Amino acid sequence: MDYFRALVVDDEPDFLETLVNRLQKRNIDTAGAKSGEEALEIMKKKLFDVVILDVKMPGGMDGIETLREMKKIQPLAEVLLLTGHASVETSIEGMKLGAFDYLLKPIKIEDLMTKMAEAFEKKNAHDQKIRKARIKELLRFPGRVLEHDKEDEKAS
Amino acid sequence: MKTPLYASLQRNIILITLIVAFAPLFALGSIIYSQFFQIYRTKVEEQIQYRARAQAEAVDLFLKERIAILAAMADTHAYQEMIQDKILAEAFRVMNLRAGAFVDLGVINNAGQHLAYVGPYDLRGLNYYQQPWFGEVMSKGSYVSDVYMGYRQLPHFIIAVKRQEGENIWILRATIDPDVFGSLVRAAQVGKSGDAFIITGEGFYQTRPRFDGQILTLSKIDSALFGGRTNVIEKQNHQGKSILYAGSWLNNGKWLLVISQDLAEEMTGIFATRNVGIFLLLLGIAAIAATTVFTTRITVKRLKDADERTNSLNAQLMQSDKLAALGKMAAGVAHEINNPLAVILQKTGWIEDLLAEEDLRQTKNYEEFKTSVKKIEEHVERARKVVHNMLGYARRMEPRLEDVDVNDTLRQTIAILNNYARINNINIQTELNPELPIIAGDQAQLQQVFLNLISNAIDAIRKDGWIRVKSIRSGGEILVSVTDNGPGIPDEMQRKVFDPFFTTKAGGKGTGLGLWISYSIMEKMGGTITLNSKDGEGTTFVVQIPIVVPEKK
Repeated sequence: MDYFRALVVDDEPDFLETLVNRLQKRNIDTAGAKSGEEALEIMKKKLFDVVILDVKMPGGMDGIETLREMKKIQPLAEVLLLTGHASVETSIEGMKLGAFDYLLKPIKIEDLMTKMAEAFEKKNAHDQKIRKARIKELLRFPGRVLEHDKEDEKAS
Repeated sequence: MKTPLYASLQRNIILITLIVAFAPLFALGSIIYSQFFQIYRTKVEEQIQYRARAQAEAVDLFLKERIAILAAMADTHAYQEMIQDKILAEAFRVMNLRAGAFVDLGVINNAGQHLAYVGPYDLRGLNYYQQPWFGEVMSKGSYVSDVYMGYRQLPHFIIAVKRQEGENIWILRATIDPDVFGSLVRAAQVGKSGDAFIITGEGFYQTRPRFDGQILTLSKIDSALFGGRTNVIEKQNHQGKSILYAGSWLNNGKWLLVISQDLAEEMTGIFATRNVGIFLLLLGIAAIAATTVFTTRITVKRLKDADERTNSLNAQLMQSDKLAALGKMAAGVAHEINNPLAVILQKTGWIEDLLAEEDLRQTKNYEEFKTSVKKIEEHVERARKVVHNMLGYARRMEPRLEDVDVNDTLRQTIAILNNYARINNINIQTELNPELPIIAGDQAQLQQVFLNLISNAIDAIRKDGWIRVKSIRSGGEILVSVTDNGPGIPDEMQRKVFDPFFTTKAGGKGTGLGLWISYSIMEKMGGTITLNSKDGEGTTFVVQIPIVVPEKK
C-alpha cells in the first residue's frame, strides 16, 4: 500500500489511542484527535488523505458539524464515518455532505484498512485528475505557476 | 370475562325501556277507564232516576184518575139516589168500566155512618167517625189513605171524596184493588235484580217488594235521604253487593216510589269493555316487551362485537407500540454496547499486533495468548452480530426502493431453503398468483422476511411434513401466506412470538430476533404480519404487503 496520511477522530481515548497505534504499525501516518475541535485544529496544520470520524460524540461539536467544517478546510480529504449507533439519518446526512462511506462499530482492522484503501484510491484518482487539469492549464497559461505555488504552500 | 357486564347492561336497558313504555300505557289506560266508568255510572244513575220519576208520575196519574172518577160520581148523584143500592151499584159498575181497579164503593153520611155499600164485604152500618181519614176528608175534600189492614184484615187502601149538597154533606168512599195497584208499581221491576216498590215517609212498604220484605213491614230505606225531586243513593245489601236506589215522591209527598238496581248488573257492559281493554293492553305489553328484549339483545350483541373488535385492534396497536419502544431502546443499548466492543476489538487487535513481533514469538505461552486473543475476537464478533441483528442492520440500514417481483422473491427464497427442507423430508408447495403486479420495495428485506418465515416453518416441523406458500392479490395489497403442518403455537405464546429475543429453539440455535426483525421490516413498508395457529394443527403466517406502484423512470 502506498504511503498515506490518516486522522482518527473519536472521543473514546482507549479506542483512539489503540487504533492510532495499530494504524501506525501498519505504516500509515496516523494522527489522533479526541474531539471535533481538536481535529479541525490539526487539519489546519497538516494535510490528510483519509479521516476516520465518529459521528456520535457527546459534548462539543458533533460528527456532522465537524464533517462540514473539515470539508471547508480540506475538501479533498476523504472522510469515513464510524458509528456505534443506529442513527441512519446521521449517516445519510454525512454521505450527503460528502463522506466517503460509513462503518459500524466494532470493526476489524482488516475491514477498516480495506475501506481506507478504497477511500485513498478515490482520493488519489481525484488528485490525479486535478493534477492533469492543472498541467493542461499550465500548458495553456504558464504564468499561473506562481499562483498555484502560493496555494500549495498555504495548504501544507 | 365481560359477559356479566353486558348482561347487566342489557337488563338495565330492557328494564328502563319497559318502565318508560309501560308507565304512560298504564296511566292512559286507567285514566280512560276511570273516565268511562264515571260516565257510564252517571248514565246508569240518570236512567234509573228517569225510570223512578216516570213510574212515580204513572202511579200519581193512576191515583188522580181514580179520585177524578170518584168525584165525578159524587157530583153527578144526589145523596138520596146514592144511598139506594141499585143506583150505587150502577155507579160502581160505570166506575169499574171506565177506570177499573175499584174493589168496593160506599156512602158515608156526615156522622160517619156507612149507609150504602157495593162490594164483596158487608161493611154497611160501620161508623167511621173516629177514623182519622174521616176528619181529613171532611176538611180537605178528598183523601188517599196509606195501605192498612182495616176490618177486612187484608192490606188495601181507600180513596174518598166529600160532596156538599146544600146543608147535607156526605162522603163517597172506594177501595182500590191492591193487586192492580201493586202490579202497576211492579211494572218498573227490570232485569234479574231490579226492584220497584212504594214506601211511606216512615218507611213502611205500601206494595210488596220483589226481594226480602212484606207489605206493611218496615223497609231498611231511610226516606229522608231522598230530597225534593229524584235522588240516587248507593247501598250495600246484606250480600255485600252494591245496590243503586232511586226514589221519587208522589201522592203529594206522602209516598216514595223506589226503584233499585244491582250496580254490578248495570255495569256489565263497561266491565266487559274493561276486560277487552285489559286483554288488548296485555297483548300490547307482550309485544312491547318482546320487541324491547329482541332489539336490546341485538344492540348489546353489536356493542359487544364492536368492543371485541376494538379490543383486538388495541391489542395490535399495543403490540406495535411495544415493538417501537423496544426498537428505540435497542438502538440506545446498541450504541452503549458497540463502543466498548469497538475498544475491546482494538485492544485485542493491538495485543495481536504486538504478539506478532519477533521477540515475543519465542515466549513459552505465545500460542496460548494467541488462542485467547482469537477467542476474544470471536466472541466480540458474536456480540456484534447480536447487536446488529437487533437493529435490523444485518443487510442494510435504509430500505431501498426498487422494482420487486414478489413471486420471484418467493421462488428465490424457496430455492435457498429447498435443500435444507428436502434433507428433513419436508415438501414445500407453492401456489403463486401469476397476476401479481410489480411493486416498489426492498427486495432484500422482503426476502429476509420470507426466509425467516419459511425457515421457522421448517424448524417447527423438524421432520416429515409440508409447507404451503401462497401469494394472492387482495385489493390494494398482496397477501403471502406460509402454512405449515407443524405442531402449532400454543395460545399463550402467540402474543410473544414477535417479541425480540423470544425463541423456543434450543440454546444458541436461535437469537429470537427473526420474527421481530421481520415484523419491523413489514411495518416500515406499511404492511403487517399476522399469525393464525392452532395448537397441534399447524401455523399460518400471513404477510400483507401494500402495493406501491414503482415510479416510471
